[in-house]
Amino acid sequence: MMRSLLSFAAGLLFGLGLVVSGMSNPAKVLNFLDMFGTWDPSLAFVMGGAVLTAFIGYRLVLRRSAPLFASAFHLPLRTDIDRPLLTGAALFGIGWGLGGFCPGPSLTAISFAEPGTLAFVPAMLVGMIGAKIVRSAGSAGRSVPAE
Amino acid sequence: MTDFTPLASTGGGILIGLSAILLMAVNGRIAGISGIMAALLPPDRAATGLGWRLPFLAGILVAPVLIGVGLARAVDTNPAPAYAAHLLQHDVSGNLVLMAIAGLLVGFGAVFGNGCTSGHGVCGLSRLSVRSLAATATFIAVAIATVALTRHVWGG
Repeated sequence: MMRSLLSFAAGLLFGLGLVVSGMSNPAKVLNFLDMFGTWDPSLAFVMGGAVLTAFIGYRLVLRRSAPLFASAFHLPLRTDIDRPLLTGAALFGIGWGLGGFCPGPSLTAISFAEPGTLAFVPAMLVGMIGAKIVRSAGSAGRSVPAE
Repeated sequence: MTDFTPLASTGGGILIGLSAILLMAVNGRIAGISGIMAALLPPDRAATGLGWRLPFLAGILVAPVLIGVGLARAVDTNPAPAYAAHLLQHDVSGNLVLMAIAGLLVGFGAVFGNGCTSGHGVCGLSRLSVRSLAATATFIAVAIATVALTRHVWGG
Protein backbone atom coordinates (compact mmCIF):
# COMPACT_ATOMS: atom_id res chain seq x y z
CA MET A 1 0.00 0.00 0.00
CA MET A 2 2.73 2.43 1.03
CA ARG A 3 4.71 1.34 -2.00
CA SER A 4 1.82 2.10 -4.34
CA LEU A 5 1.13 5.46 -2.69
CA LEU A 6 4.75 6.55 -2.95
CA SER A 7 4.89 5.35 -6.57
CA PHE A 8 1.76 7.38 -7.28
CA ALA A 9 3.46 10.39 -5.64
CA ALA A 10 6.48 9.87 -7.88
CA GLY A 11 4.20 9.79 -10.96
CA LEU A 12 2.45 12.91 -9.75
CA LEU A 13 5.78 14.72 -9.36
CA PHE A 14 6.79 13.60 -12.84
CA GLY A 15 3.54 14.79 -14.40
CA LEU A 16 3.63 18.11 -12.54
CA GLY A 17 7.21 18.57 -13.71
CA LEU A 18 6.23 17.95 -17.33
CA VAL A 19 3.35 20.44 -17.19
CA VAL A 20 5.18 23.14 -15.20
CA SER A 21 8.23 22.90 -17.47
CA GLY A 22 6.00 23.34 -20.54
CA MET A 23 7.06 19.98 -22.04
CA SER A 24 3.49 18.74 -22.10
CA ASN A 25 2.94 21.12 -25.02
CA PRO A 26 4.37 19.63 -28.24
CA ALA A 27 4.80 23.12 -29.70
CA LYS A 28 7.44 23.87 -27.08
CA VAL A 29 9.30 20.66 -27.83
CA LEU A 30 9.17 21.24 -31.58
CA ASN A 31 10.46 24.78 -31.11
CA PHE A 32 13.40 23.41 -29.13
CA LEU A 33 14.16 21.09 -32.02
CA ASP A 34 13.71 23.92 -34.54
CA MET A 35 17.20 25.33 -34.12
CA PHE A 36 17.08 26.92 -37.55
CA GLY A 37 13.75 28.67 -36.93
CA THR A 38 11.71 29.65 -33.90
CA TRP A 39 14.18 28.22 -31.38
CA ASP A 40 13.00 27.93 -27.76
CA PRO A 41 15.86 26.58 -25.60
CA SER A 42 13.55 25.72 -22.65
CA LEU A 43 13.88 21.93 -23.08
CA ALA A 44 17.61 22.14 -22.38
CA PHE A 45 16.78 23.72 -19.00
CA VAL A 46 14.31 20.94 -18.23
CA MET A 47 16.95 18.32 -19.00
CA GLY A 48 19.58 20.25 -17.07
CA GLY A 49 17.39 20.62 -13.98
CA ALA A 50 16.29 16.99 -14.07
CA VAL A 51 19.72 15.46 -14.74
CA LEU A 52 21.50 17.56 -12.11
CA THR A 53 18.85 16.78 -9.49
CA ALA A 54 18.84 13.05 -10.24
CA PHE A 55 22.65 12.94 -10.44
CA ILE A 56 22.89 14.15 -6.86
CA GLY A 57 19.85 12.22 -5.56
CA TYR A 58 20.82 8.89 -7.17
CA ARG A 59 24.21 9.12 -5.45
CA LEU A 60 22.55 9.47 -2.05
CA VAL A 61 19.90 6.79 -2.67
CA LEU A 62 22.28 4.21 -4.14
CA ARG A 63 24.45 4.38 -1.03
CA ARG A 64 21.76 2.35 0.70
CA SER A 65 21.96 -1.42 0.43
CA ALA A 66 18.42 -1.75 -0.96
CA PRO A 67 15.38 0.34 -1.90
CA LEU A 68 12.61 0.82 0.69
CA PHE A 69 10.13 -1.64 -0.84
CA ALA A 70 12.18 -3.97 -3.02
CA SER A 71 14.99 -6.41 -2.38
CA ALA A 72 17.48 -4.79 -4.76
CA PHE A 73 18.14 -1.89 -7.11
CA HIS A 74 17.46 -2.72 -10.76
CA LEU A 75 20.05 -0.81 -12.73
CA PRO A 76 20.87 -1.37 -16.40
CA LEU A 77 24.39 -2.78 -16.49
CA ARG A 78 25.12 -2.86 -20.20
CA THR A 79 27.75 -0.53 -21.58
CA ASP A 80 27.94 -1.71 -25.21
CA ILE A 81 26.51 0.55 -27.89
CA ASP A 82 24.73 -1.89 -30.18
CA ARG A 83 22.70 -1.47 -33.33
CA PRO A 84 19.21 -1.79 -31.78
CA LEU A 85 20.07 1.04 -29.35
CA LEU A 86 20.98 3.43 -32.17
CA THR A 87 18.28 2.24 -34.60
CA GLY A 88 15.65 2.58 -31.91
CA ALA A 89 16.88 6.03 -30.89
CA ALA A 90 16.90 7.19 -34.52
CA LEU A 91 13.33 5.98 -35.18
CA PHE A 92 12.28 7.55 -31.89
CA GLY A 93 13.90 10.83 -33.00
CA ILE A 94 11.96 10.86 -36.28
CA GLY A 95 8.66 10.32 -34.46
CA TRP A 96 9.56 12.87 -31.79
CA GLY A 97 10.40 15.45 -34.45
CA LEU A 98 7.18 14.76 -36.38
CA GLY A 99 4.74 14.96 -33.47
CA GLY A 100 6.57 16.79 -30.69
CA PHE A 101 5.50 14.08 -28.26
CA CYS A 102 7.59 11.57 -26.37
CA PRO A 103 5.91 8.98 -24.12
CA GLY A 104 5.66 11.00 -20.85
CA PRO A 105 4.19 14.21 -22.29
CA SER A 106 1.77 12.23 -24.46
CA LEU A 107 0.35 10.83 -21.20
CA THR A 108 -0.01 14.23 -19.52
CA ALA A 109 -1.71 15.47 -22.70
CA ILE A 110 -4.36 12.73 -22.72
CA SER A 111 -6.73 14.57 -20.38
CA PHE A 112 -6.90 17.49 -22.83
CA ALA A 113 -8.27 15.06 -25.42
CA GLU A 114 -6.88 16.81 -28.50
CA PRO A 115 -7.58 14.65 -31.59
CA GLY A 116 -3.86 14.58 -32.42
CA THR A 117 -3.04 13.22 -28.96
CA LEU A 118 -5.76 10.60 -29.22
CA ALA A 119 -4.29 9.48 -32.55
CA PHE A 120 -0.74 9.45 -31.17
CA VAL A 121 -1.15 7.47 -27.94
CA PRO A 122 -2.83 4.28 -29.27
CA ALA A 123 -0.36 4.22 -32.19
CA MET A 124 2.48 4.52 -29.67
CA LEU A 125 1.15 1.52 -27.73
CA VAL A 126 0.99 -0.48 -30.99
CA GLY A 127 4.58 0.55 -31.74
CA MET A 128 5.70 -0.59 -28.30
CA ILE A 129 4.02 -3.97 -28.71
CA GLY A 130 5.59 -4.27 -32.17
CA ALA A 131 9.07 -3.58 -30.80
CA LYS A 132 8.60 -6.16 -28.06
CA ILE A 133 7.59 -8.75 -30.67
CA VAL A 134 10.52 -7.94 -32.96
CA ARG A 135 12.98 -7.93 -30.07
CA SER A 136 11.85 -11.18 -28.57
CA ALA A 137 11.96 -12.81 -32.01
CA GLY A 138 15.45 -11.45 -32.64
CA SER A 139 16.97 -12.33 -29.30
CA ALA A 140 15.18 -15.54 -28.43
CA GLY A 141 16.10 -16.43 -24.89
CA ARG A 142 18.25 -13.39 -24.22
CA SER A 143 16.36 -10.93 -22.06
CA VAL A 144 17.24 -7.27 -22.20
CA PRO A 145 16.05 -5.17 -19.27
CA ALA A 146 14.21 -2.05 -20.37
CA GLU A 147 15.65 1.22 -19.12
CA MET B 1 6.38 30.82 -31.37
CA THR B 2 6.56 29.73 -27.74
CA ASP B 3 8.02 31.80 -24.91
CA PHE B 4 11.44 30.90 -23.55
CA THR B 5 10.75 29.90 -19.92
CA PRO B 6 14.10 29.18 -18.23
CA LEU B 7 12.80 29.40 -14.64
CA ALA B 8 9.61 27.36 -15.03
CA SER B 9 11.45 24.81 -17.18
CA THR B 10 14.32 24.40 -14.72
CA GLY B 11 11.78 24.11 -11.88
CA GLY B 12 9.78 21.50 -13.78
CA GLY B 13 13.00 19.66 -14.56
CA ILE B 14 13.87 19.56 -10.86
CA LEU B 15 10.44 18.03 -10.13
CA ILE B 16 11.14 15.35 -12.76
CA GLY B 17 14.53 14.70 -11.16
CA LEU B 18 12.92 14.38 -7.71
CA SER B 19 10.41 11.92 -9.17
CA ALA B 20 13.26 9.79 -10.52
CA ILE B 21 14.98 9.83 -7.12
CA LEU B 22 11.78 8.88 -5.29
CA LEU B 23 11.06 5.97 -7.65
CA MET B 24 14.62 4.71 -7.19
CA ALA B 25 14.43 5.04 -3.40
CA VAL B 26 11.07 3.26 -3.19
CA ASN B 27 11.29 0.60 -5.89
CA GLY B 28 14.90 0.60 -7.03
CA ARG B 29 13.74 1.36 -10.54
CA ILE B 30 14.65 3.74 -13.35
CA ALA B 31 11.86 6.26 -14.10
CA GLY B 32 11.73 5.39 -17.78
CA ILE B 33 8.20 5.96 -19.05
CA SER B 34 8.49 3.77 -22.15
CA GLY B 35 10.06 0.91 -20.19
CA ILE B 36 7.36 1.08 -17.52
CA MET B 37 4.59 1.17 -20.15
CA ALA B 38 6.14 -1.61 -22.23
CA ALA B 39 6.35 -3.89 -19.19
CA LEU B 40 2.55 -3.69 -18.95
CA LEU B 41 2.02 -4.55 -22.62
CA PRO B 42 2.05 -7.94 -24.36
CA PRO B 43 3.96 -10.07 -25.24
CA ASP B 44 5.78 -11.24 -22.08
CA ARG B 45 3.88 -8.91 -19.81
CA ALA B 46 5.71 -8.41 -16.49
CA ALA B 47 4.25 -10.81 -13.95
CA THR B 48 5.10 -8.61 -10.98
CA GLY B 49 5.46 -4.88 -10.36
CA LEU B 50 1.87 -3.86 -11.15
CA GLY B 51 1.74 -2.36 -7.64
CA TRP B 52 4.22 0.37 -8.54
CA ARG B 53 3.95 0.65 -12.34
CA LEU B 54 0.22 1.35 -12.46
CA PRO B 55 0.20 3.98 -9.67
CA PHE B 56 3.24 5.70 -11.21
CA LEU B 57 1.53 6.01 -14.60
CA ALA B 58 -1.73 7.04 -12.89
CA GLY B 59 0.13 9.87 -11.15
CA ILE B 60 1.38 11.17 -14.50
CA LEU B 61 -2.14 11.02 -15.95
CA VAL B 62 -3.72 12.80 -12.97
CA ALA B 63 -1.12 15.59 -12.57
CA PRO B 64 -2.47 17.91 -15.32
CA VAL B 65 -6.03 17.48 -14.04
CA LEU B 66 -4.91 18.60 -10.57
CA ILE B 67 -3.13 21.60 -12.07
CA GLY B 68 -6.27 22.41 -14.07
CA VAL B 69 -8.46 22.29 -10.96
CA GLY B 70 -5.94 24.34 -8.97
CA LEU B 71 -5.74 26.96 -11.72
CA ALA B 72 -9.52 27.17 -12.05
CA ARG B 73 -9.71 27.94 -8.32
CA ALA B 74 -6.90 30.46 -8.51
CA VAL B 75 -8.68 32.21 -11.38
CA ASP B 76 -11.91 32.31 -9.34
CA THR B 77 -10.30 34.13 -6.46
CA ASN B 78 -7.69 36.30 -8.12
CA PRO B 79 -6.38 37.13 -11.58
CA ALA B 80 -4.54 34.22 -13.16
CA PRO B 81 -0.78 34.51 -13.00
CA ALA B 82 0.72 35.41 -16.32
CA TYR B 83 2.36 32.03 -16.87
CA ALA B 84 -0.69 30.03 -15.83
CA ALA B 85 -2.54 30.44 -19.10
CA HIS B 86 0.40 28.92 -20.96
CA LEU B 87 0.71 25.96 -18.65
CA LEU B 88 -2.24 24.02 -19.93
CA GLN B 89 -1.88 25.08 -23.52
CA HIS B 90 -1.55 22.20 -25.98
CA ASP B 91 -0.79 22.90 -29.59
CA VAL B 92 -1.07 19.43 -31.07
CA SER B 93 -1.02 18.91 -34.82
CA GLY B 94 -4.48 18.17 -36.20
CA ASN B 95 -2.96 15.95 -38.90
CA LEU B 96 -4.10 12.62 -37.47
CA VAL B 97 -2.21 10.48 -39.98
CA LEU B 98 1.01 12.31 -39.14
CA MET B 99 0.36 11.96 -35.41
CA ALA B 100 -0.38 8.23 -35.75
CA ILE B 101 2.86 7.69 -37.70
CA ALA B 102 4.73 9.73 -35.08
CA GLY B 103 3.18 7.60 -32.33
CA LEU B 104 4.17 4.34 -34.04
CA LEU B 105 7.77 5.53 -34.46
CA VAL B 106 8.05 6.87 -30.91
CA GLY B 107 6.59 3.70 -29.38
CA PHE B 108 8.62 1.32 -31.52
CA GLY B 109 11.84 3.31 -31.29
CA ALA B 110 11.66 3.81 -27.53
CA VAL B 111 11.17 0.12 -26.76
CA PHE B 112 13.56 -1.13 -29.47
CA GLY B 113 16.22 1.32 -28.24
CA ASN B 114 15.60 0.47 -24.56
CA GLY B 115 14.48 3.91 -23.49
CA CYS B 116 13.12 7.35 -24.28
CA THR B 117 13.64 10.92 -23.14
CA SER B 118 13.09 9.94 -19.50
CA GLY B 119 14.92 6.61 -19.27
CA HIS B 120 17.92 7.57 -21.41
CA GLY B 121 17.68 11.38 -21.39
CA VAL B 122 17.14 11.97 -17.67
CA CYS B 123 17.88 8.80 -15.69
CA GLY B 124 20.59 7.42 -17.96
CA LEU B 125 22.52 10.68 -18.29
CA SER B 126 22.41 11.26 -14.53
CA ARG B 127 23.87 7.76 -14.05
CA LEU B 128 26.56 8.69 -16.60
CA SER B 129 25.53 5.74 -18.80
CA VAL B 130 27.41 5.58 -22.11
CA ARG B 131 24.51 3.82 -23.81
CA SER B 132 22.10 6.52 -22.69
CA LEU B 133 24.44 9.27 -23.86
CA ALA B 134 24.68 7.62 -27.30
CA ALA B 135 20.90 7.16 -27.48
CA THR B 136 20.13 10.70 -26.31
CA ALA B 137 22.60 12.30 -28.72
CA THR B 138 21.13 10.19 -31.54
CA PHE B 139 17.47 10.96 -30.95
CA ILE B 140 18.03 14.68 -30.37
CA ALA B 141 20.14 14.97 -33.54
CA VAL B 142 17.64 12.97 -35.63
CA ALA B 143 14.71 14.96 -34.22
CA ILE B 144 16.44 18.28 -35.02
CA ALA B 145 17.08 17.04 -38.57
CA THR B 146 13.45 15.89 -38.87
CA VAL B 147 12.10 19.30 -37.82
CA ALA B 148 14.57 21.07 -40.13
CA LEU B 149 13.33 18.96 -43.05
CA THR B 150 9.60 19.18 -42.31
CA ARG B 151 9.56 22.88 -41.40
CA HIS B 152 12.22 24.42 -43.61
CA VAL B 153 12.85 22.11 -46.56
CA TRP B 154 9.50 20.47 -47.36
CA GLY B 155 7.11 22.65 -45.40
CA GLY B 156 7.22 26.37 -45.19
